Amino acid sequence: MDLNYTPEEKSFRQEVQIFLKENYPAYLQDKVAKGVALKKEDYVHWQKTLYEKGWVAPGWPVEYGGTGWTPVQKYIFEEECGAANCLRLTSFGLVMIAPVLLKYGTEEQKQKYLPGILSSDTWWTQGYSEPNAGSDLASLQTRAEKQGDYYLINGSKTWTTHGHYGDMMFALVRTSKEDKKQKGISFILFDMKSSGVSVEPIITIDGLHVVNQVFLDDVKVPIENLIGVEGEGWSIAKYLLQHERTNIAQVPRSKKQIERLKLLAEKEIHNGKSLLLDPFFRAKISEVEVELMALEMTSLRALSKVSVGESSSMTSSLLKVKGTEVQQKITALLMEAVGYFSLPYFNGVLMDGWQDGTPVGPEEAAFLAPHYFDWRKTSIYGGSNEIQKNIVAKVVLGL
Amino acid sequence: MNLELTEEQCMLQDILSRFLSDQYTFDQRQKLSQQGIGYSEQNWQNFAELGLLGIPFEEQYGGFNFGATGLMIVMDAIGKGLVVEPYLSTVVLGGQLIQKAGSEAQKLDLIPQLIEGKLKLAFAYIERQSRYELSNVSLKAERQADSFFLTGSKSVVFNAETADKIIVTVRTSGNNRDKNGISLFLLDKGALGVSMKNYHTVDGLRASELFFDQVEVSHDAIIGELDAAYPIVEQIIDGASAAICAEAVGVISQLREKTVEYLKIRKQFSRPLSDFQVLQHRAVDMFMAEEQMRSLSYLANIKIDGGSRSEQIRAISAAKVYLGDSRSVVGEQAIQLHGGVGVTDELDVAHYYKRLTMLNNLFGDRDFHLERFGQVELV
Repeated sequence: MDLNYTPEEKSFRQEVQIFLKENYPAYLQDKVAKGVALKKEDYVHWQKTLYEKGWVAPGWPVEYGGTGWTPVQKYIFEEECGAANCLRLTSFGLVMIAPVLLKYGTEEQKQKYLPGILSSDTWWTQGYSEPNAGSDLASLQTRAEKQGDYYLINGSKTWTTHGHYGDMMFALVRTSKEDKKQKGISFILFDMKSSGVSVEPIITIDGLHVVNQVFLDDVKVPIENLIGVEGEGWSIAKYLLQHERTNIAQVPRSKKQIERLKLLAEKEIHNGKSLLLDPFFRAKISEVEVELMALEMTSLRALSKVSVGESSSMTSSLLKVKGTEVQQKITALLMEAVGYFSLPYFNGVLMDGWQDGTPVGPEEAAFLAPHYFDWRKTSIYGGSNEIQKNIVAKVVLGL
Repeated sequence: MNLELTEEQCMLQDILSRFLSDQYTFDQRQKLSQQGIGYSEQNWQNFAELGLLGIPFEEQYGGFNFGATGLMIVMDAIGKGLVVEPYLSTVVLGGQLIQKAGSEAQKLDLIPQLIEGKLKLAFAYIERQSRYELSNVSLKAERQADSFFLTGSKSVVFNAETADKIIVTVRTSGNNRDKNGISLFLLDKGALGVSMKNYHTVDGLRASELFFDQVEVSHDAIIGELDAAYPIVEQIIDGASAAICAEAVGVISQLREKTVEYLKIRKQFSRPLSDFQVLQHRAVDMFMAEEQMRSLSYLANIKIDGGSRSEQIRAISAAKVYLGDSRSVVGEQAIQLHGGVGVTDELDVAHYYKRLTMLNNLFGDRDFHLERFGQVELV
């Protein structure tokens, strides 16, 4: 049992640190640190930088543009990105559809789509949830009828993150009605610019536009856009859920947020002393830190299992549940730390920061309550925490 | 970075699990706990033969030098079996105090005897008013020529009744709560002027109140330097804290396993309890707490073997906080999910729960460690 890194791993960490220092722009660091909303060009800029370095897709096979890193190296990279306030690349292309294409796609499909994903020239969105299919995803109703050499798609997808930027969508659609709802679902790709696709914004609890509802009205999709076998989409969807989950706990990001919380609390005065010295507030910070420390170690245990070639899928639900609980607790403490200044709401500031240089209260304060509210989503998306518990009950405990 | 058990740890684990399944059923444990000296001398000799008593000691004294991560494996099994033999008192506390602070002569004399199962120790450091504060030592020593005369009392001293020697924290200078001026004395059990009130603990172990009335001890009985024992006591208690966190992992794993099994077999409303989602999710909460606790136990014990002092304190206190939380998340929940049978003396689950609950109250409880955790970086 050894928590130390090898000399090679240590020098790799240094290489990553130097690269980030030289190439990750200060304005993005500032935006991420404060929580200013990120724009499409922000994502594209950073993804292009990583692309040129060859570090954009650590999870891919080397021949398609992967890095060839070990699981530990990937973890180190994530740690350093978290510590440097790097923005998280959108996952829909790089870590969701790409692994599906690599496993189930034809050679043509791989050639056609993978390069655009890598270079961020194609923006992908996810078409899973529907207004009546959330946790019970298999009850989805969007239909795809085969008519000659195309499918005709009708229905609606929702919670579509960045749908308004989207070039392509990967979607689960019903191609036939069978005795079991998991059967008859197919995995298909289509162009978001196709006629019949319309994207309507959904304004979330923080007042911002990130997610959308997508309406599909007689959308014609060529049959070569089907992935794998017709009716076998559910097993593809399940494969996608299992992929690349070692960083699911978001430990590096939460460590950075704890650091931020302490800096913020140190400057706030409570009963004549720094808020950080208040025993009650201090205890609340410590409670989250303890959970995070455990979570980091659980992540490392999962990583160690992967490194010796064993599966760690049993812990990914645990990491998701505990990881989101920690993140949510931190957002609450950040908000509590600024007291009254959690109240003033400035939509424009959330989008662009304090442009006039005269913030109301501490400069970060305006972001904290909206973030707290927005972060409720983390225990809902990606399989709600209750669904994760169902999975553990069934798969791990045999209940 | 590798967190898999080493080959040595795996072997140790095998030996222990064979011992538990062959010779340590719950019924056997209950009999031992309730009768006679409260444990089995035969088991203790078996421990010696299996090499378990030498785990943390250096090779030159006959030990294996497996460190805290070695002790972790033993303590996990002690938790799983609710073992009542005085391992914590003799090996983890007493033996390690001698190894850390003793003179070469003391080590050569005592540690090999301990490893062979011929010497049992107890550590007396708690007083009526001390709670968890280790510098709160008022048992006094008066010096006369080459002797010291000890007067005062110690509380909740585990396994004092059966120990051959007792290590006592003594105020040799300064005032109560001063970190300076505390010394360690090694006393023979039958020393003149020592009297004891022996009792059972609520979780099936044995402990005593010790009273010292002008007990004469020679200068040779001091372990380590006069007046300078505090940092040693603190480190040994930290090591013991990490050890009982490993014990807690063993206890928790049994509470979780037994509860999950019970949910599968107990039927109400014509179906097994495991069909009810509200109960499934509680079982999952127990499982998650178990894994997180195991992680923190690993971290605390790894840091004892090779971490800075502040890393050690953070990791140990974090693990102790989690242990405290698991009392309700795992312990109380296990009882609740067993229903009425959970509060009977007959059921092993009740006894695992009691042990888990008492582990929180050893070496500083959840709140003590939460405060300590937060203060490390402020100092």
